[in-house]
Amino acid sequence: MAYLDHAATTPMLPEAAAALTAHLATTGNASSLHAAGRRARRTVEEARETLAAALGARPSEVVFTAGGTEADNLAVKGLYWSRRAADPARTRVLASPVEHHAVLDAVDWLAAHEGATVEYLPVDAHGRVHPDALREAIARDPGDVALITVMWANNEIGTIQPVAELAAVAAEFGIPMHADAVQAAGQLDVDFAASGLAAMTVSGHKIGGPYGIGALLLGRSHTPVPLLHGGGQERHVRSGTLDVPAIAAFAVAGTLAAERREGFAREIGALRDRLVAGVLDAVPDAVLGGDPDPAGRLPANAHFSFPGCEGDSLLLLLDAQGIECSTGSACTAGVAQPSHVVLATGTDPELARGTLRFSLGHTSTEADVAAVVEAIGPVVKRARSAGLS
Amino acid sequence: MNDFPGAPDPQAPRKGLRVLAAMSGGVDSAVAAARAVEAGHDVTGVHLALSANPQSFRTGARGCCTIEDSRDARRAADVIGIPFYCWDLAERFREDVVEDFVAEYEAGRTPNPCLRCNEKIKFAALLDKALALGFDAVCTGHYATVVLNEDGTRELHRASDMAKDQSYVLGVLDERQLAHAMFPLGDTLTTKDEIRAEAERRGLAVAKKPDSHDICFIADGDTRGFLAKRLGTAEGDIVDETGAKVGTHEGAYGFTIGQRKGLRLGHPAPDGKPRYVLDISPVNNTVTVGPAEALDVTALTAIRPRWCGTAPTGPARYTAQLRAHGSETPVTAELVDDALHVTFTTPVRGVAPGQAIVLYDGTRVVGSATIATTERAVAA
Repeated sequence: MAYLDHAATTPMLPEAAAALTAHLATTGNASSLHAAGRRARRTVEEARETLAAALGARPSEVVFTAGGTEADNLAVKGLYWSRRAADPARTRVLASPVEHHAVLDAVDWLAAHEGATVEYLPVDAHGRVHPDALREAIARDPGDVALITVMWANNEIGTIQPVAELAAVAAEFGIPMHADAVQAAGQLDVDFAASGLAAMTVSGHKIGGPYGIGALLLGRSHTPVPLLHGGGQERHVRSGTLDVPAIAAFAVAGTLAAERREGFAREIGALRDRLVAGVLDAVPDAVLGGDPDPAGRLPANAHFSFPGCEGDSLLLLLDAQGIECSTGSACTAGVAQPSHVVLATGTDPELARGTLRFSLGHTSTEADVAAVVEAIGPVVKRARSAGLS
Repeated sequence: MNDFPGAPDPQAPRKGLRVLAAMSGGVDSAVAAARAVEAGHDVTGVHLALSANPQSFRTGARGCCTIEDSRDARRAADVIGIPFYCWDLAERFREDVVEDFVAEYEAGRTPNPCLRCNEKIKFAALLDKALALGFDAVCTGHYATVVLNEDGTRELHRASDMAKDQSYVLGVLDERQLAHAMFPLGDTLTTKDEIRAEAERRGLAVAKKPDSHDICFIADGDTRGFLAKRLGTAEGDIVDETGAKVGTHEGAYGFTIGQRKGLRLGHPAPDGKPRYVLDISPVNNTVTVGPAEALDVTALTAIRPRWCGTAPTGPARYTAQLRAHGSETPVTAELVDDALHVTFTTPVRGVAPGQAIVLYDGTRVVGSATIATTERAVAA
């Protein structure tokens, strides 16, 4: 089996699994005052500190959530509500058109239900937002922008955004900017303080931690309106009894990911380059998605469009040979639609139907890449003969 | 006989084939897929998304196009332990089945969209794609039997259990399609309860799911309402056999020959007997009604014949089935210039142009054709 879908989820690191199972055997609500509660709280706060250190943030800036989707929703909706409450003129949301659905659909919901005006920032053929485009969009009316949200790196095509430059533009106008860094963490140097962001999303299971745990890194001057009301456990911005085992394991994974990042990015980038070269060699008319410059894309990401192929057909044929990857596209009612990310880069809609994303990770091997390179030619030929239905 | 590309070697044992199982989300197709796995085949499940706007949930009538059905199919595939995909054939389905359905009604005929779907979608669009992707066969939950002859030819037969037999809706398949078709439910004498028990035993959650019955793309079962939305309403006359006006209607397409209910005739026939739809004339938007005996059909001509094997020559005696759940009736049939002329040994009632006539020789499906015109015992 060649598992090449690490961007969907990556195997839990043994160290994280050990921390998770160790804490599953203990009892304690981190909000309780007794010994069990104190013990749980200590675990949570130590995790908060180590995770903050791994991500260049202060411990008080770490707001634990039940995953990346919740963190994205909290940032986008919460900041929109609080900024609008402070000044009703602020109803404009600036977003990249290549966001993950956790941001995209939250933004669209604000437009449909909360009077927001959504403005999708222009992107280049690699899906990148240029700082000048952001500046131009803000400058049209700096007073009505509620927030800006641009992901750190794209989950489908791997393009890295100039986050710090964009955040600097946002800061000039005093507008909070959020970035979904779910894919970037563990692969890029993600430093919250240096980024200048107001808020940033990270997720546990994408970096070798557990499912169902994530965090919104939130600058201390920002107070989004909560999505979840209750005990106010996390800075009164997020309520819910803290998942002590998951938080402990998340911190372990986050620390290891940060420690290993440089070496991992270098090695996985080299492996990815071989995969890209091998695929393009086997299928000369395949189109590499995202930035062709390896420095401009996630080191573990390879994305292709195969002319005349249905992504689903490619997936089926590779799956039958034990190669697990993804079309990278959104699913509506289980039916594959051309990806909004690929379409946003100006790709022909017909070509956009034949996309595949290979995402590598800490368990990837030369053998995995060799399996893809060997299989892809015949698979594409066969998928092409089945055509576009 | 089997010289078309991709056909499995007829002499090879029917196992170890790469099989694509069409899974609707119902119990039959789930059990069929499970049986194909058990028979030693390499099975992949696929759910066909046939509606451009799938409804998330639907109560009452059941069809094949809801997200719920897709999830049920996926759940079954997961339990069986096979890969599962959802293929979007909505555009092909709309063109080949839904539009044809509307056009046929508009022309005053009564189409059978399930046959059309088998002919154009399941055993054409889906089968072609499956073969191109390297599959050997498409497997469905239909109740029918494929018999492999010693010479390598294949025959389609009625299911072992006549009560469940669905060979009628498969009568449109030619031998090439049949060579790549697999119906694991047709070979064994199983009642629906036994299929459900088998599903239960296999841990399939669809064991208790109600059967689908209505036309899948008409969610609420209101065919006339569906057609009215597509074709609009146009008031016209209902006349008796003498041409005298006896009522009005809102569109001739809303009627089927042999229909008795829903005519809303103001006053009864002079003899007090019930009246039936005898004829639908879309050209002058007129519906003709009359007594039951005027429905008696003695012969018909059918077009677009499709043969399951060699086309018959000369007049031959067969039995015919005219509806999905209809009974058999003896006929003499002869093919003349691609038109099938059928004479009934005893007159039959309620024969509508647009319906399919499927001919049988014993349990074997000989072929099918679409009814074009009928001859009545009593002139209308």
